[in-house]
Amino acid sequence: MFDAISPQLLFGQLLIGLINGSFYAMLSMGLAIIFGLMNVVNFAHGAQYMLGAFTAWLLLNYLGVPYWGALVLAPVIVAAVGMAMERAVLRPLQHLDHLYGLLATYAVALIVEGLIRQRYGATGMPYPSPINGGVNLGFMFLPWYRFYVVIFSIVICLGTWLLIEHTRLGAYLRAANEKPDIVESFGVNVPRMITLTYGFGVGLAALSGVLAAPIYQVSPSMGTSLMITVFAVVVIGGIGSISGAIMTGYVLGLVEALTKVFYPAGAGMVVFVVMIIVLLMKPNGMFSSPERL
Amino acid sequence: MAVRLLLGLALLAAALVAPYFVYSVTLMVILSFVVFACSFNLLLGYTGLLCFGHAMFFGGAAYITGYMLKSMSMPLELALLGGTLSAALLGFFVGLVAVRKSGIQFAMITFAIAQFIYFILLQAPFTGGEDGMQSIPRPALLGFIDVSSSTTYYYVVLAITVAAVLAFYRIVHSPFGEILRAIRDNDARVESLGFKPERFKLLALTLSAGMAGLAGGMKATIFQFATLTDVSFPISSEVILMTLLGGLGTLAGPMVGAGFIIVLNEHLAQFGEWALIAQGAILLLVIMFLRRGIIGEINALIRNRRVKKADRG
Repeated sequence: MFDAISPQLLFGQLLIGLINGSFYAMLSMGLAIIFGLMNVVNFAHGAQYMLGAFTAWLLLNYLGVPYWGALVLAPVIVAAVGMAMERAVLRPLQHLDHLYGLLATYAVALIVEGLIRQRYGATGMPYPSPINGGVNLGFMFLPWYRFYVVIFSIVICLGTWLLIEHTRLGAYLRAANEKPDIVESFGVNVPRMITLTYGFGVGLAALSGVLAAPIYQVSPSMGTSLMITVFAVVVIGGIGSISGAIMTGYVLGLVEALTKVFYPAGAGMVVFVVMIIVLLMKPNGMFSSPERL
Repeated sequence: MAVRLLLGLALLAAALVAPYFVYSVTLMVILSFVVFACSFNLLLGYTGLLCFGHAMFFGGAAYITGYMLKSMSMPLELALLGGTLSAALLGFFVGLVAVRKSGIQFAMITFAIAQFIYFILLQAPFTGGEDGMQSIPRPALLGFIDVSSSTTYYYVVLAITVAAVLAFYRIVHSPFGEILRAIRDNDARVESLGFKPERFKLLALTLSAGMAGLAGGMKATIFQFATLTDVSFPISSEVILMTLLGGLGTLAGPMVGAGFIIVLNEHLAQFGEWALIAQGAILLLVIMFLRRGIIGEINALIRNRRVKKADRG
């Protein structure tokens, strides 16, 4: 069995796994940040990721804004929409059972996806890659854009992790989750902080969407299909754990790729199998500290 | 109480004559979704557990029932029972993994397991993959009652539905149901009284899954096919919407919700995406402004009026 596998196939799949893992990591990190502060599982995350890609596509086709402009503009636009949504939908629900937040974000995702599919159809639209060409490594061909995406996502993940775990701002965020009234009594505007944090998480999703646009096609369902895996990643990593989300994201991307090489039929399921095993052995997820739950 | 009994009887009478006025397949679909929504209500409304993948029980059982009828040529009643029991068994195994958690975590775990089941059924050889399982036979009930016409079968489906709703009523009004409600409101307190909440949650999930399986089996025999749509997430979210819209933790709520959403879907089916958009909009409105649901609001109104009357008197 093993000698039948060419290095091209193996490394090609590993690269795909690394790319997928980059998106899993960025998206589950955004989910973890939002959950960590607001206790809301942002079910609209996939729709916001899709909106990021879509905004980039619209900017290119209607305003002629190139990829690099969209990389900045699209996340800002989508984050603004997200903050408005936080004010209008999530704020009134924040003192109720957290399940309502989950369901409300799901409802928003349903509406957004439906409207976009109604307007632009379900088929994917191509987005030209801003960096062409690649390098032949001897055992495989590495397109520059994919290389850039992997590096970019690692930088974003590390940067965000440092920001939240090792700066004063991050300490405020964590404190506001534990004891919002005390943080407020120190003169911190907690509601505004919540809005901004949600906007940041949404912006991260949209940024991932822009990065994804040249690799996958821009389509209304691109977020939903990805989110199914991302939710499993979040459960495995431990809900609310940022470092857990990042590491689990990359590892599972690679695990999925290896499964595709050695047992193709199981590739769609392996993430869920891992999830069930982890849940049976470590019910709180791999990286969660018990006091956070 | 007498008023409620009267209302129930009136509803039953209306259900008995309904096929003379409304297309009986639509009625049967509504009934199967009434059972499905009741099963969901048992979990979320009475136990406080949000199952975010209830379609795995519904659609899984649809395939099992279909398989038993089509490939094993089993009798109708046995196939429905088989679907129900296999869904209950699946519920039990899902529960082993999931009941240690509640709230958000339970929702996410059931969501992910349901996707896993979806992938399995997509690849399993007996389901027919993307095409689904077609032309499932509908043999005579108990071997001698011909149910090939949908009007006749409607009465069978109605009888099963009434039996299921009565069973549901018995469950939620039993001491077991009381404990479930106590777990929903305060599970630490239940534990301190010497009960094991996990065991009760596991049993509730098993019962709910079985009931969802019965609904799925009914659906497979009504349309005489089973497809991947039955196991997919939109079905899971539809049942959430039905239950919330009608009223969580009320007996009549899921019935009203199921009827409303099925009729809405039929009317909007020709407008493509608008059916889903409308579902999203209704769900959002219910969550923001109508969290007690239609029946819950009516109950609250009646209660308020009663209190006012008592004050005046």
